[in-house]
Amino acid sequence: MVNRKIVGAHYGLMDWLVQRITGVVMVVFTLIVALGLIQGAGASYESWRGFMSAGLMRFVSFLFIVSLCWHAWVGVRDIWMDYIQPAGIKLTLHVLTLLALIGYAGWAVQIIWRL
Amino acid sequence: MTELTKQRPKFLNLMAIKLPLPGVASILHRVSGIGLFLMLPVLIWMLDLSLTSADTYNTLVAVTGHPLVKIILIGLLWAFLHHFCMGIRILLIDIHVGVEKEAARKSTVAVLAVSLVMTLILGAKLW
Repeated sequence: MVNRKIVGAHYGLMDWLVQRITGVVMVVFTLIVALGLIQGAGASYESWRGFMSAGLMRFVSFLFIVSLCWHAWVGVRDIWMDYIQPAGIKLTLHVLTLLALIGYAGWAVQIIWRL
Repeated sequence: MTELTKQRPKFLNLMAIKLPLPGVASILHRVSGIGLFLMLPVLIWMLDLSLTSADTYNTLVAVTGHPLVKIILIGLLWAFLHHFCMGIRILLIDIHVGVEKEAARKSTVAVLAVSLVMTLILGAKLW
């Protein structure tokens, strides 16, 4: 007799963990930017560009953009799964969401990294 | 037998459901999340304007000076702050802080209050 335990593929645990880790990254990034703005980083174009183009900021901004898009994917997909029943519409929305987020990520990274 | 043949609701009547406060905050977490997602292209476009050149920076300042744009941005600011505070509450509950019913209710009130008050303060500052 084969003694098998029925457990899922752990996709749920993975998504749960992703949502927490990306959330923490975004909290840290938000605090860094808030601190910069309090110190007047947004007062002029020069100071804002100087703040955002620093080496460490580019690194952190990239992590933020990836986290934001991944977090949005998990969250928005959950909303489609909960409220949209017809399989065709649900699949369409999933694909459109994913494509939009991949495009946004490329667009935002390009803004940060061309500085 | 009576238990089995008892009339059961066949659909969820949203109007008949009375959500407790944490439920309301939870729905608002979804509403704010989907709102931020839908406005994401606008926000990235604003980031683009703010960093491309001094001219585009000034364009952004001019566009965001319009009262209607300000109202929309303050709405987004609330969505961000609510999602942010609610997210921290969820992370705290994950590490078993504030799991009890009364504590969970109180932290919900804190989330709703902090995000609203911060929206008002920052919104007034930006106006």
